[in-house]
Amino acid sequence: MFHIYCPHCAEYREEEEFHASGQAHIARPLDPEACSDKEWGEYLYFRKNPRGIHHELWVHAAGCRKFFNITRDTQTYEIKEVYKIGEQPSVVAQSGNSK
Amino acid sequence: MTQKNRLQSGGRIDRSKPLTFTYNGKKFNGFLGDTLASAMLANGIDIVGRSFKYSRPRGIVAAGAEEPNAVLQLGATEATQVPNVRATQQELFNGLVSSSTNGWPSVETDLMGTIGKMGGSMMPPGFYYKTFMYPKSLWDTYESMIRKAAGLGRSPLESDPDTYDKINQHCDVLVVGGGPAGLSAALTAARSGARVIFADEQNEFGGSLLSSKETLNGAPASEWVNAVVEELRGYDNVMLLPRSTVNGYHDHNFLTIHERCTDHIADIAPAGQARQRLHRVRAKWVVLATGAHERPLVFANNDVPGCMVANAVSTYINRYGVAPGNELVLMTTNDSGYQAALDWHDAGRKVVAIVDTRQNPKGDRVEASRQRGLNLITGSAVIEVQGSKRVSGVSVAPISADGNKVTGSVSKLSADTVASSGGWSPVIHLSCHTGSRPVWNDDVVGFLPGPTVQKQLTAGAINGSYSTSTALFEGLNAGLKAVAEVGLSASEVMLPKAEEVNEGAPMTLFHIPHLKPTSQAPKQFVDYQTDVTAAGIEVACREGYESIEHVKRYTAMGFGTDQGKLGNINGMAVAAKALNKTIPETGTTIFRPNYTPVSFGAIAGRDCGALFDPERYSAMHKWHVARGAKFEDVGQWKRPWYFPKPGESMKEALNRECLATRESVGILDASTLGKIDIQGKDAREFLGRVYTNAWAKLAVGKCRYGLMCGEDGMVFDDGVTSCLGENHFLMTTTTGGAARVLEWLELYHQTEWPEMEVYFNTVTDHWSTLTISGPNSRKLLAELTDCDLSNENFAFMDWKQTTVAGVPARVFRISFTGECSYEINVQANYGMHVWEKLFEHGEKFNLTPYGTETMHILRAEKGFIIAGQDTDGSVHPFDLGMGWCVAQKKPFSYIGKRGMAREDCVREDRKQLVGLKTTDPKVVLPEGAQGVLDPKAPIPMPMVGHITSSYWSANLDRSIAMGFVKGGLNKMGEKVFYPLADGTVVEAEICSPIFLDPKGERQNV
Ligand SMILES: [Zn+2]
Repeated sequence: MFHIYCPHCAEYREEEEFHASGQAHIARPLDPEACSDKEWGEYLYFRKNPRGIHHELWVHAAGCRKFFNITRDTQTYEIKEVYKIGEQPSVVAQSGNSK
Repeated sequence: MTQKNRLQSGGRIDRSKPLTFTYNGKKFNGFLGDTLASAMLANGIDIVGRSFKYSRPRGIVAAGAEEPNAVLQLGATEATQVPNVRATQQELFNGLVSSSTNGWPSVETDLMGTIGKMGGSMMPPGFYYKTFMYPKSLWDTYESMIRKAAGLGRSPLESDPDTYDKINQHCDVLVVGGGPAGLSAALTAARSGARVIFADEQNEFGGSLLSSKETLNGAPASEWVNAVVEELRGYDNVMLLPRSTVNGYHDHNFLTIHERCTDHIADIAPAGQARQRLHRVRAKWVVLATGAHERPLVFANNDVPGCMVANAVSTYINRYGVAPGNELVLMTTNDSGYQAALDWHDAGRKVVAIVDTRQNPKGDRVEASRQRGLNLITGSAVIEVQGSKRVSGVSVAPISADGNKVTGSVSKLSADTVASSGGWSPVIHLSCHTGSRPVWNDDVVGFLPGPTVQKQLTAGAINGSYSTSTALFEGLNAGLKAVAEVGLSASEVMLPKAEEVNEGAPMTLFHIPHLKPTSQAPKQFVDYQTDVTAAGIEVACREGYESIEHVKRYTAMGFGTDQGKLGNINGMAVAAKALNKTIPETGTTIFRPNYTPVSFGAIAGRDCGALFDPERYSAMHKWHVARGAKFEDVGQWKRPWYFPKPGESMKEALNRECLATRESVGILDASTLGKIDIQGKDAREFLGRVYTNAWAKLAVGKCRYGLMCGEDGMVFDDGVTSCLGENHFLMTTTTGGAARVLEWLELYHQTEWPEMEVYFNTVTDHWSTLTISGPNSRKLLAELTDCDLSNENFAFMDWKQTTVAGVPARVFRISFTGECSYEINVQANYGMHVWEKLFEHGEKFNLTPYGTETMHILRAEKGFIIAGQDTDGSVHPFDLGMGWCVAQKKPFSYIGKRGMAREDCVREDRKQLVGLKTTDPKVVLPEGAQGVLDPKAPIPMPMVGHITSSYWSANLDRSIAMGFVKGGLNKMGEKVFYPLADGTVVEAEICSPIFLDPKGERQNV
């Protein structure tokens, strides 16, 4: 069970309080009508499934209800960092490591 | 009965406290301090079960958690039955009732012999693997026979009378294992002031020191152990947990500890006490000092009762004062095994021979054996055991220096006990739980903990450091490191002086050769609990299984409740030899939580019965109960389903409720609808982005129905949202969708449009919602309010702030029945008051309470959808015939718009929601029925869509249904056929889903 630091509450809480909400940094296209079906399909459905560093969106559902991002190693389950929406990760996969 | 194997003196038992216990219906005696296993051995009980596959008699092999055979059923009453108890870990108490689980009808008699042999031939290696690939009917046949014959323990048939606890803990350092390494680690951490949890699975701390005669500082080791435990007990910052198994090591240093609080006292916990407790620990640092298990050797008939691991023999003698036999033959590949023979001899029993597989053993214990004049046979092995229910003798033969073949003639020795030692396997289980793969070490001849990302340290035998002095030293270092890591400074700890024992080099040997090839030799068991033999593993390798993970699945090795604690390494060695590989080349061995079985009670804790899952009640719940409502679960809510009168069937009740509502007035408790309060200057714009229809012009005092879609354009929720003020709205959601919708709104606000000024808050529980519906609803409400209810002043889709029955109320004139309808919202605590007032005044109107089922029927008569029943995540608004609810001209590309425009979403032949009237009006189609256009089409028939809602409508005196039909909106009047499971085919005609009052005249009055 993960031990997750909520950047909004500024403390560690148990995983039971959080929901995972999938891959982080999936921005909604600013002009959806300009997207081809393929582009819209990629925005909607295509997600990474890396072995190693992954950026995920989580929400402190049973806490402050705030969304935030986690950089997590999917192999060891280490949480490398947490950061707020709008911020960029400082830990990123080495090239070739995120297949 | 006499305890024929009990020694005259010695052991940590209290001979002044005799206890009686029952095993398989017979009474026996033991002492306080015994385990069930030591008491059984003291009484000369040889057979504790019959083996799973071959039905061979089995005896106690080990003295701890690794025991594979003595897995018993406990319990004096039906309600207190406990399966899967290792007798080696169960402390004896007065009146303990136990029975063997493997063996039918009796472990002693060999009635099963024939069937057992049949079972053996019916279950070759790969039995499970192969059987599961064949039809399940075969498995059913096998399984019932196997289960009955072998037995795997059973669950109680009555409720467990005990209570269990769960407790969350935090600590700086969790020390696992109370042997010398754990003791010195815990002492070091405790003295520094760290918050320490110190857990050990046994009833007292000391680990290996409890079962040996070694000294510390020249005194019995127990004196030092007692002093340390006494000191630890005095610290406020230390929690001592004896009888507590650390069963799981999970991510981020989260560990679970299974504490058995009263299992050593009685069959049922004393009043007011929890029987067991599950500690859920978040530890900053963990010190694993879990020790090692001795490996038995693999030789012919090594499962005959009387065959034990060497260290267990010493433990029974030294700790429990029990010598489990009279004539011992010890076979060993290493020096430590000699201790069993020394202890046996010193206990006054006869050591027939020490058979050492090494040519030239040297070392202190070898010397000590020679000095005692023990019969040392070197360069040899016990290649076979004689006996069936108990060892009667052994065959000893010289073997080659590499241990691969027998090199000389066989001599026979008489013996009743065979102890064997093939070295030690570090207990690395916990370190594997989070995915760390163990690493083979040739010097240790075993796997060591692998690299890990956990904040984990290891000390003592888990590292292959088997001497007491090294264990103490490593414990100290682990303690110092942990203390430093948590930011504390360590204080001085003086380690006691342990005896130094010089040991010769061990021989790497697992599988003892026989005169015959393995496949023809008597069975050489690797895994006792799953009856896996060396020959079986060789078969697996011959059939092409090269990875140990595959061999394990093929043979079921390690799949027992003991997870192959004794057998896995031996099995890997046999496989490696067969494949001509090294052990690490065949793979590694991985252990998963839990280390030993955990009772369901401990996992559940208090979360059972009424506390299993929270139940949500509306403020009028008691009224519903008093009126005999039948309830339905909607999420966690208990909603009235219908209100039968005495003697009324469900159908009669529904007909009455439906008719009464359309004829006069009915009332629904709608409090469970999700309610989200939305405020902020951008609230209106936000609604326009998450709903498919337009919100820009909704005036204060008005309500509007909205559809909510995902980005794929598919409907996921709906409801009415009302404008309370220019920047203030109240959104309603489906009962089950409330939490999801709120999270959805937050998601878009926080991640996509954070610049918008809008706030969301759930107010579901703040309001009671009382919905009155029917032609007399206005007259009824008028008696309780001064509000002008005329259609001119208070029109359909208006809401008013007013007073109802003397309390402030928001009244919404919205309708889910198609009747003139008012949703009266009052502060939740006033709900019951207003509800009762309505009934006071409603009697003359035959005010009729109805539940969710009548609500469903009435809305279906009007063709209103229920999100989640008539939608399933694959239908967009146009599929539902609700294009009227989709705005085309909103400037912002709202959620769902682009999705709905995908190529697939604009196909003409999509499944579309239509009404369906059965040709025979009395027939009610089952929901889920699949429609076809041609009932005579060959199977598989092309299916065109399924029924989503189907009811008997008392108002229309016929059945009505809604369902999907491909291209159905353009097929009005056409027929669809529904072939049912009973072979009948129901014909229905496609129609508008609005079965009643298509012009909406009833609600606009
Ligand atoms: Zn938070």
